[in-house]
Amino acid sequence: MSSFNRIQSLALLGAASLLLAGCWERPPVDSTQVGYRGTGMVDIKNPRIVGPRIAEQTIPEVVPAAPPEEAPILASQIYENVQVLGDLSVAEFARAMVALTAWVSPQQSCLYCHVEGESMAADTLYTKVVSRRMLEMTRDLNRDWTTHVKETGVTCYTCHRGQPVPPEIWFADPGPKTARGLAGNRFGQNAAAESVALASLPYDPFTPFLLQDQNIRVSTMQALPDGSNPAGTKSAEWTYGLMMHMSDSLGLNCTGCHQSRWFGIWEESTPQRVSAWHGIRMARTLNVEYMEPLTPVFPENRLGPLGDVGKVYCKTCHLGLQKPLNGVSMLQDYPEFGPPWREALPRLGTPEADAAEAVATTAAVQ
Amino acid sequence: MAEYQSIYSRVTVTNPTYPGVPVKTGVYGRQGKPTLVYWFGKIGDAQIGPVYLGWTGILSLLCGFIAIEIIGLNMWASVNWDPVQFVRQLAWLALEPPAPEYGLRIPPLNEGGWWLIAGFFLTAAIILWWVRTYRRARQLGLGTHVAWAFAAAIWLYLVLGLIRPVLMGSWSEAVPFGIFPHLDWTAAFSIRYGNLFYNPFHALSIAFLYGSVLLFAMHAGTVLSTVRYGGDREIEQIVDRGTAGERMALFWRWTMGFNANVESIHRWAWWFAVLTPLTGGIGILLTGTVVDNWFLWAVKHGVAPPYPVTVPPVADPTLGVTP
Repeated sequence: MSSFNRIQSLALLGAASLLLAGCWERPPVDSTQVGYRGTGMVDIKNPRIVGPRIAEQTIPEVVPAAPPEEAPILASQIYENVQVLGDLSVAEFARAMVALTAWVSPQQSCLYCHVEGESMAADTLYTKVVSRRMLEMTRDLNRDWTTHVKETGVTCYTCHRGQPVPPEIWFADPGPKTARGLAGNRFGQNAAAESVALASLPYDPFTPFLLQDQNIRVSTMQALPDGSNPAGTKSAEWTYGLMMHMSDSLGLNCTGCHQSRWFGIWEESTPQRVSAWHGIRMARTLNVEYMEPLTPVFPENRLGPLGDVGKVYCKTCHLGLQKPLNGVSMLQDYPEFGPPWREALPRLGTPEADAAEAVATTAAVQ
Repeated sequence: MAEYQSIYSRVTVTNPTYPGVPVKTGVYGRQGKPTLVYWFGKIGDAQIGPVYLGWTGILSLLCGFIAIEIIGLNMWASVNWDPVQFVRQLAWLALEPPAPEYGLRIPPLNEGGWWLIAGFFLTAAIILWWVRTYRRARQLGLGTHVAWAFAAAIWLYLVLGLIRPVLMGSWSEAVPFGIFPHLDWTAAFSIRYGNLFYNPFHALSIAFLYGSVLLFAMHAGTVLSTVRYGGDREIEQIVDRGTAGERMALFWRWTMGFNANVESIHRWAWWFAVLTPLTGGIGILLTGTVVDNWFLWAVKHGVAPPYPVTVPPVADPTLGVTP
C-alpha cells in the first residue's frame, strides 16, 4: 500500500471514529468501586454532565429570620383564612410568604395567588387554593417521609426552582399519535421517550407504579418455577421503564441501588435501594393524596393531554442528581415548612426527639 | 507480475461468464443472464448470476416479503403513516406479540394478531429457504453442512418465538419484531428470570460465540498471511512440503504446539458456529419452564459464590423490619 493510501485510510478511520464519538459520551468518565471487586459494583459518572448539573444548583438567598418573640401574636389571630401556617407569628408568616414567593413565583410576585385590591384572605385564584394544599403537603412530607427525605427535608424550592410549575412533572402519556384502526398498536412502548431515557421501553411507567399500586417486583424469589409468580417478560419491561426513569433522574447506574448479580436481592443491595423504595411510595402518596384531588381546581390548560393533573416523580426533586440540590438542606433555615415546627425546633439531639423519630419511621415503613 | 489477493486485490480476475457446472434442474433452470461487476470483483467474484430460484426460492421470498410488509406497515401505522417519523424512529418501532391475557389464543389483529401472522410467514420463509439451501447443495453434489448450520440458527429462532412461548402457555413471552425493542426485550427477559448470565447454557453459547470469533480471526489471519505463497489455493498445497499450507500449520505448531489441518480447522469452525445457537436455544428453552431464577439456581448449586459484605446489609422493607 502506498503511503498516500495509508494516510487516506487513517484519515477515513479518524473521521469515522469522530462520527461515532458524536453518538456517545466521550471518555474519560469517573468510576468509583462501590462493592466487592469483580462484581461490577461501580458508580460511573461523567464529570462533564454531572459537573454542570451540580453547578446549576443555586440556593436562593436566605430571608433573614424573624426575631424571636416571648409571646408572639400568631398569624391566625389577626389574619383571616390562614389555614396552614396559622401557627407562625405574624413576622414569621410574612417571612414565609416572602420566601415562597421567591421560590415559586418570583416574576409573578404575590399577585400570582392574591388579586390586587382584594382581601388577602380571598380564595379567588386557583393558585392560592393549590398553594395551600402544597404547604400542607410539604409539612406532611417532612414529617411522614423522613425515610426518604431524612433530615434534609424539602421546601417549595426543591421542586419549583423559581417557577410556578415545577420544571419536571409528569402527566399520563397517551403516546405519539398512531393510525387508529386495524394496525399500529404500540402497546404503550417503542417511542424513543425521554421519560425512559430514550429506550424503547413503556413510556408511561408512572401511571401503574407512581399512581396506581401495581407490582414492581418481577423476578421469582426461588430458583424453580412453582406458578406463583404471574409476572412475565412484558411485566419486566414496565418495571425496567420505571428503573430507567429513576436512573436517569438520579444520575446513577443500576448498581447505585442494586447488586449486579441479581437486581432482586435485598440482602446484597445498597442502602440507597431502601431509600428509593420509600421514595416510590412517597411519590405515589403525594400523587394520590395531594395532586389527584386537586384536579378540578386547576384550569384546563394546566392539565395533561388526558385531563389529569401534573404529578410528582423522582425527577421532580432530583433533577439529575442523587441528592436534590446536591444535598443542601434549605429546611434548616425554614423550619416552618417542616413537621409541627415549634415542637421540632428544640428536639435536635434530644432523646425524646430520637424516640419520636423512630416511631414516625416505623409508622411510615408499615 | 500481477499479484492476486483475495481482498483488496490490485487486479480483478476477468473471464468469460459461465453458467456453472451442469446440474439437473426442476421446472425453472438458472435464471438471468450473467454479468460482471467490477466492484464485486474487488471483494469476491465479479460474476453476478445466473441464480436458481425454484419453487422454494420463490415461495420463500414471497413469504418473507409478506412478513416484512406486515411488520413494516404496522410500524408505519404506529407513527400515523408519517414517512419522516417512520424513518426517524425506525430503530425504536416494533410489532409486539399479544398481551399475556390472550395466552395461546388468537387475539384481534391489532392486539397481537398481526404479530402471529407475521411470525407465521417469516417462519415459512425461513424454513422454505432452509429447504432451498439443502436442495441446492444436493443438486451440486455437495454435503449439506450449510443447511444444518442454518438449521441450528433456526432452532434458536423457533425456541424464542414458538417453542418456549407454547411451553409457557403465552405468546406474550415471545420476542417483538423491532430493532431496539428486541434488545430491550432481551434485557427485560434476563431481569425477569434472575440474570441470564447464571444460565450455564447461555454461558456455553457465549463461549462458542466468542470462540467462533476467535477461530474465525485465527483462520482468516492464517490464510491471508500465506496468500503470498498461494495459501488461498489451500487444497492443492495440502500434502506438499514448504507450501503455504505447510507454513500455516507450522506457524501454529511453533506458536502453541498444536495445529489443526486445512480440513479440520473448518470442522472446528463449523462446530463452534453451530453450537452457539444450539446451546443458546437450550438455555432459552429452560428459562421460565424449568428454572425461574438463574441466580438463585446458581447459588443453590454452588455456581455463584457468596462474596464478602462491603456495604451494611439492608432488608426488604416489605418485611416490616426497619433498616
